[in-house]
Amino acid sequence: MYLSPPPLYASVHCPHEPGSPKLEAMKHIKALGYGVALSAVVLVQIPAALVAIAGVLLSFILGMVFLFPPSIRLIRAVARLDRQLIHRWIGIKIGEPYNPKPPPPVRQRDGWYRDGRTLYRKPTIPAFNARLNWFLRDPATYRELVWLLIDPWTRAVLVAGPTLLIGYGFYQVWLGNLWALAFPVAAVVVAPLALRIYGFYATGMLGPTANTQLIGQVRHLNQVRVEAVDSQAAELRRIERDLHDGAQARMVAVGMTIGAAEQLITSDPAAAKALLAKAREASATALAELRQLVRGIHPPVLAERGLGDAIRALALDSPLKVEVEVDLDERPESPVESAVYFSVAELLANASRHASNVAIDISRRDRALRVTVVDDGPGGARSNPGGGLAGIERRLATFDGVLALTSPPGGPTVATLELPFALSTETPEPKHTGWRGMLMALCWSVCWIPLIPQGIVAGFFLIFGAPTKSWFLALYMPEPLQWPTVFGMIALGATMLAGGIVLSGSVNPDKAVSC
Amino acid sequence: MRVVLAEDLHLLREGLVLLLRAHGFEVVAAVESGPDLLAALIEHRPDVAVVDVRLPPTFTDEGLQAALTARRQIPGLPVLVLSQHVEQLYARELLADGTGGIGYLLKDRVFNAEQFIDAVRRVAGGGTAMDPEVIAKLLASNSRNEPVVRLTPREREVLELMAEGRSNAAIGQRLFLSESAVGKHTANIFAKLDLVPSDDDNRRVLAVLAYLNDK
Repeated sequence: MYLSPPPLYASVHCPHEPGSPKLEAMKHIKALGYGVALSAVVLVQIPAALVAIAGVLLSFILGMVFLFPPSIRLIRAVARLDRQLIHRWIGIKIGEPYNPKPPPPVRQRDGWYRDGRTLYRKPTIPAFNARLNWFLRDPATYRELVWLLIDPWTRAVLVAGPTLLIGYGFYQVWLGNLWALAFPVAAVVVAPLALRIYGFYATGMLGPTANTQLIGQVRHLNQVRVEAVDSQAAELRRIERDLHDGAQARMVAVGMTIGAAEQLITSDPAAAKALLAKAREASATALAELRQLVRGIHPPVLAERGLGDAIRALALDSPLKVEVEVDLDERPESPVESAVYFSVAELLANASRHASNVAIDISRRDRALRVTVVDDGPGGARSNPGGGLAGIERRLATFDGVLALTSPPGGPTVATLELPFALSTETPEPKHTGWRGMLMALCWSVCWIPLIPQGIVAGFFLIFGAPTKSWFLALYMPEPLQWPTVFGMIALGATMLAGGIVLSGSVNPDKAVSC
Repeated sequence: MRVVLAEDLHLLREGLVLLLRAHGFEVVAAVESGPDLLAALIEHRPDVAVVDVRLPPTFTDEGLQAALTARRQIPGLPVLVLSQHVEQLYARELLADGTGGIGYLLKDRVFNAEQFIDAVRRVAGGGTAMDPEVIAKLLASNSRNEPVVRLTPREREVLELMAEGRSNAAIGQRLFLSESAVGKHTANIFAKLDLVPSDDDNRRVLAVLAYLNDK
């Protein structure tokens, strides 16, 4: 879901991979097939829509609220099916836009369940209320209702459209209009494009909006902040305790010993000398402890030389054979360096228990810092809660970083750390200014004109043979072109909608990853 | 003997100047920053330089870099590097040219004036003075190295002291052994590590360090 940090390997579908003409033709035929299959979903969608809309209307008008959650569940089930099919057949992954599920009602100490100001003996009603609120307050619920109403139309045009156009073209040819042969050819050519446009349109309708994404991000950041503050506080407590029990106590002893020596220096110089030697020893021990402590807070090599050499120093101190490859042209921020350093140290410590050879590779990938640690151990490593690997995950989460671990039985174990925004970028991200912004605004504001009145409504006029022509362009057309005009209008509207969605860029962050 | 000293902490710098003067050294320059150090080393060409790793203006490894640069210009320039922490990485960089005249000690070692002065003299004479902690780390990272594991505890002790840069006589004094007994142990160590024995103390030490650094 959108709550989880960005995926390590963003799944990107590259639409224009070069291929042989044969493959290219195959792609067009496949697009036609997928189109027919996708439009067959209408057979499920329309009955579901009728039932669900009836349920919603009944619950709002007659107050039969118990019908509301099942109706919404039905809509969500249809939407989920569609997301899956679009992912499989069009290759566009659409995330779920819903708010997180409410937690189950908590039983109070007196055995009752509280919901607002009312107490209930059983959890059924509070749970129902929570679910109802969850559905009612989620904008995605209403977006999907609208989607259910207009989707059969856009689907008929963009997804089934090319196939229908082929049929219509041959029908016209059979009637004697040979020029209509252009229709099937055009249909085959545009089929993959139409399918992709439909995919973008569906992303806009069914995917998380910029708003829900932000809500998710805020929630995620809150959680990360709490964890970061917690772990920092714990770290400070540990340092305080170490200083208090270690160096501080030793310095007290040193002071006392020197004081005693001072008193003895005239009466018993030999004993004073021995005491001073002892004081020197104690101060050396205190220094050694402080050095150890400093290493745990911020290793000196890291401060002096940066991440690459700090990891090299770590590799040298390890009993393993460690190969280090560093390809960085800049130093990341100091907290990032420190997090990566300690993560690698932890991974090396883990590896030293089972493996004998380790390869560490540090490189940049766009703005991301990526560290790979590969060992030749027996594999089977897992992340347990509270374990070292979970600690690494927590450390990295502060910087939106993730740890990916593959450790099949028999090895090798590959741990990859990726911090997506650790490094600066050379090329500033494009902003929605100038013509892009204008085009986006245009797409958003007028997409409804071809889609609804000129497309869907004109279609109704054609079906029922309405006497007036009003401002519907299709009705002024010569007869064989009337239906294609209606379809063309719906396609134009959906294309503009998809264009708006793509230009705004907010619904599909993976687009930023280059193909 | 002429010394150039680089240390940014005023108290420690004055203390070191006093200590070195008291033992008959002539401190020709006591500087407090990396660029000054490099200039002083090139200008005075001292018999030995005592250098702190972390110096202004960047407070990173300014001193170490200045020392390495100076050694590239004046090959074999004896340098004793002092630091709050020791790293194998830095030891490796210092030893990389294989010419000796290198010391790398924790600042704590200044507490024991005699041993510290001994280390300065050894470095000035073209020998090595490695901190026991560096050697401990070197041995720890060689803990899976078959030949090193096969050493007897006594041989290990001798190896540690030898790697620090001490002569057979000094090792014998430390371990309460005769010089010939130490010689026997070193011969055994060289045989076990498959190294070519050498009568020259310095070359012997460098060979051992190179072997341990190679893991």
